[in-house]
Amino acid sequence: MDDLYRELIIERYKMPHHRGILEPHDISFEDENPLCGDRIRIDLRVAEDGTITEAAFSGHGCAISQAAADLLIESILGKPIEEVKALGRQDILDLLGFEELGPVRIKCALLPLKVLKAGVYGLRHHDSEILSEES
Amino acid sequence: MAAETYKIFDITKIRADFPILQREIRAGVKLVYLDSTATAQKPLAVIEAMDRYYRWSNANIHRGVHTLGEEATTLYEAARQRVAKFIHACKAQEIVFTRNTTEAINLVAYSWGRSQLKAGDLIILTEMEHHSNLVPWQILAAEKGLRLEFVPVTGDGYLDLEVYDRLLEQHPRLVAFTHMSNVLGTINPVREMTEKAHRAGALVMVDGAQSVPHLHVDVQALGVDFLAFSAHKMLGPTGIGVLYARETLLEQMPPFLGGGDMIKRVELRTFTPNEIPHKFEAGTPAIAEAVGLEAAIAYLESVGMEAIEAHERGLIAYALERLAEVPGLKVYGPAANHRGGVASFVMEGVHPHDVAQILDREGIAVRAGHHCAMPLHQKLGAVATTRASFYLYNTYEEVDRLIEALHKVRAIFG
Repeated sequence: MDDLYRELIIERYKMPHHRGILEPHDISFEDENPLCGDRIRIDLRVAEDGTITEAAFSGHGCAISQAAADLLIESILGKPIEEVKALGRQDILDLLGFEELGPVRIKCALLPLKVLKAGVYGLRHHDSEILSEES
Repeated sequence: MAAETYKIFDITKIRADFPILQREIRAGVKLVYLDSTATAQKPLAVIEAMDRYYRWSNANIHRGVHTLGEEATTLYEAARQRVAKFIHACKAQEIVFTRNTTEAINLVAYSWGRSQLKAGDLIILTEMEHHSNLVPWQILAAEKGLRLEFVPVTGDGYLDLEVYDRLLEQHPRLVAFTHMSNVLGTINPVREMTEKAHRAGALVMVDGAQSVPHLHVDVQALGVDFLAFSAHKMLGPTGIGVLYARETLLEQMPPFLGGGDMIKRVELRTFTPNEIPHKFEAGTPAIAEAVGLEAAIAYLESVGMEAIEAHERGLIAYALERLAEVPGLKVYGPAANHRGGVASFVMEGVHPHDVAQILDREGIAVRAGHHCAMPLHQKLGAVATTRASFYLYNTYEEVDRLIEALHKVRAIFG
């Protein structure tokens, strides 16, 4: 836990690279963590071939959820949308550089992925039940 | 009063009674527990009373004629007596054991509210309520077509009593509000508000979850009709709470949950309810927990509620003074002389969860979030806050450690 507030996290929290709103967008989804009130929205622009060309997040939350959102967005730019569907808990921990997170903070870290997946699945299937696999 | 009682308050001795306070959160970092508003720590006397009960007297109550059954029944009913005396109820029958404050409030809503209220009736609540004193009324209002109105919270954390007076002119049936805010620490003028409500023809239900553990509460002096509180916030175990209600009200209220112990007689299609308070206690209750609550009250009384209140007033005054030293820190709520030992704050540019997380590294337990009071946080314009709260076992040195740690948070986030 001691390295929870490493430079990377604090920097991304204070000066995120991918904060913003995309208008228009192809996909947009927003969700919150009812426990702490953290709220994240992710907007995507997707090319014909399914490649994510632009992405941004907005909302508010703790350093962990905000840094996770920023790093997640960075990691999916230029990737096919199908790859996003395969992302999971371990990918987020890897992005943040954590071996593990406690049961409370893992929810903060996974909120951006939960939002992203809901958006991506929502586009094709309108099936938000898929979310449950992450939480 | 404060200065005199404070002198007889031996904090070292008190702390020695709470085993958990000896714990180190990390090697060399001792626990500083500043989250008693969420739940209080337990003195050895409570832990041992429950242990003794299970080792020596455990049995179901109001049933067996055997020795253990009689002992368990006696202990359970002695706890009820103790609670009644502690809050100055007229009779032990006015004490109903529930699971917690939330269930006690739900009992009032479902039993009294459902049987006594009709479409168009008004309930007055306040903006500083915990969700437990909002949602049961929202559910009931939707079911019965009731109206809900809310006493606003002023910028400095008080209830707006002028608006309260105007709302009373609309002839509410019930006024339900918290004695002490779990976020702001505001101690509301229960007696004054109750008198006014009664003059307007309304009954009064007070959420005492934060007040009963920390203040001397006298239901007769306050004049309230219902009072709800939880054992676990007053040094007792989780799983047991209390509803106090005036005898005449309990007599007219229908049962809440149905089952064993709440009946006098059951036939296949009908039942005759038991006498009060048993009519509201269906099924095997939390017996060991009642024993624990009894021990907790005995402990609180041995220290003295006035002494506890004085100690906490000193602590919160000192804490507010020192919190003001931390750059970019905003503390919500009223002045120290109008609040209990609760301080909720936000640090500019740092999310409350991050504050709490870094404090935890320093061994300091605080709560971050909306503290089950989302409407109040909306009113304050804060998504969440970090909350430090104090009890009889907290010290001035612990306040110093909180301040030091907050400076560290500031340093990390720049």
